[in-house]
Amino acid sequence: MGLAKRIIPCLDVDAGRVVKGVKFVDIRDAGDPVEVARRYNDEGADEITFLDITATADDRETIVHVVEEVASEVFIPLTVGGGIRKAEDVLRMLNAGADKVAINSAAVFNPSFVKEVTDRFGSQCIVVAIDAKRVGDHWEIFTHGGRKPTGIDAVEWARKMADFGAGEILLTSMDRDGTKIGFDNNLTRAVAAAVPIPVIASGGVGELQHLVDGVKLGGADAVLAASIFHFAEHSIGEAKRFMADQGIEVRL
Amino acid sequence: MAQKIAVIDYGMGNLRSVSKAVEHVAGDAEVRVTDDPTFIAAADRVVFPGQGAARDCMAAISEHHLNRAILRAAESKPFLGICMGLQVLMGYSYENNGTELLGLFDGRVKRFDGLAMGDSGLPLKIPHMGWSPVHQVTTHPLWQGIDDRSRFYFVHSYRVVPEDISLIAATTDYGVRFTAAIARDNLFATQFHPEKSADVGLQLLSNFVNWAI
Repeated sequence: MGLAKRIIPCLDVDAGRVVKGVKFVDIRDAGDPVEVARRYNDEGADEITFLDITATADDRETIVHVVEEVASEVFIPLTVGGGIRKAEDVLRMLNAGADKVAINSAAVFNPSFVKEVTDRFGSQCIVVAIDAKRVGDHWEIFTHGGRKPTGIDAVEWARKMADFGAGEILLTSMDRDGTKIGFDNNLTRAVAAAVPIPVIASGGVGELQHLVDGVKLGGADAVLAASIFHFAEHSIGEAKRFMADQGIEVRL
Repeated sequence: MAQKIAVIDYGMGNLRSVSKAVEHVAGDAEVRVTDDPTFIAAADRVVFPGQGAARDCMAAISEHHLNRAILRAAESKPFLGICMGLQVLMGYSYENNGTELLGLFDGRVKRFDGLAMGDSGLPLKIPHMGWSPVHQVTTHPLWQGIDDRSRFYFVHSYRVVPEDISLIAATTDYGVRFTAAIARDNLFATQFHPEKSADVGLQLLSNFVNWAI
C-alpha cells in the first residue's frame, strides 16, 4: 500500500452560496457550502475545493466566512480559489482555515507573485491553477474563463510555476470543461511528466471511468470533479470503489 | 477544573485547523492558540504544530523566545508535535543549506530524493501530499481505536531520521520507509496532520487529549 490517489469534489460558490445546484435528496439546504462540505466529508472526499466565482467585491468577503465555518467542522484539507490577487488575499484565506490557496490569473499577469507567496507562506499551501486549451500541436494558457489566449505554453508554464515554488498544479482542460467526455489525458500526462510536484486533473468528467483514465492514462495524482458528484449521479464512495476495482489505490 | 491545552503559535502558518480540531474532541477544555511561555508552562497539554521551511521555523521560535518553553513542555507534560513540530525536535535539517534545530533528539531531517518511481511510471512527486497508510510499530495510547495502516494526510518534502530507532512509533513508505511518528515518555509527534485526517485524525487527537501519563 502506498499513497492514495485523491478524489476532490469542487464547489462553485457565489456570494456564499453553492451554485450549479447540488442535488442530494437528504440534504436540507443544498446551497449551503457547510452542509455540502459535511456531506462530501462523510462520503469520503479526500479534500474539498471551493471556487469563489463571486463577481462583486462587496460579496467577496463572504467566502472567508464560508471557509471559517467549514474549517470548524470538516477536518480534511480545504482549497480555496477564485479572485486571489494579493498576498493579503492568501493570508485571509489561510487564517480563515484554508489549507491551500489556488492562484490562477494573478500568476499569469505577475508570475513573481507565486514566488512571493510561496516564500512567505510555504509551497505546501500554494496551488497554481492552469486553464489550458489545445492550440495546434500544443496547449496554451487561457485566462478569463478560457476566453483570452496568452500565447504561453501550458507545459512550460507548469514547469516555471513549479520552479517558482508552487506545491501543486490544478490543471483544467478548457476544451473538456463541461463536456462530460473525460479529461484531456494527453494534456495531464504532458504536465505530470514535466513537473516534480503533484498534478490534479480537472475538466470533463462525465462518468466514473473518466476518473480512472485520468490516473491511469493521464498520470494524475488527484482527480477533481464537480457535477458528477453534485447531482448525486455517483457518490464519492462509489467513485472510490470503482477506482479500487480497477487497481487504483484510494482511501476507502 | 477544565484542562488547559496550549497550541503553540510562533507565527508559522495557520493554526485554526489545529485548534478547531482539538476543540472538537476536547470537551470543555480551554484550547488556546498562544505564544505566551507562561500559559504554555501552566497548560496541562501542549500541541506543537508548524509548517514552512526549517530555517524560518527556527527563526520564528527564537523571535518568540519559545525555545525553552517548548523544550520544557516536551520533557514534562503530554506533548504532541505535528509536521514541522516533529522535525524541529531533531538536531539538524538539510533544508535551507543546513539548519540547526532544537536538538531534543539526535537525528537529521532529510529531503525525499525524488528518484523513486511511482506506479504511474512517473517519479514520485515531492511534496509527498495526500493519504498514506501509517504502520504502527509500537503499541501506544495514542493509537487506541485506530487500525494499523490507517491512512493519514501528509504534506511534506522532508522526513526525520532519528538516530535512536526505539523512538519510532510508526513508519510510512514513500519510495523509502520513513518515520511517520515518534514517541518517548510524555511526547508523541507525527509527520502527518491528524487535524486534517478526518475520523482517524480526530481519534488520535481525542486520544491525546485523554492521554494519562
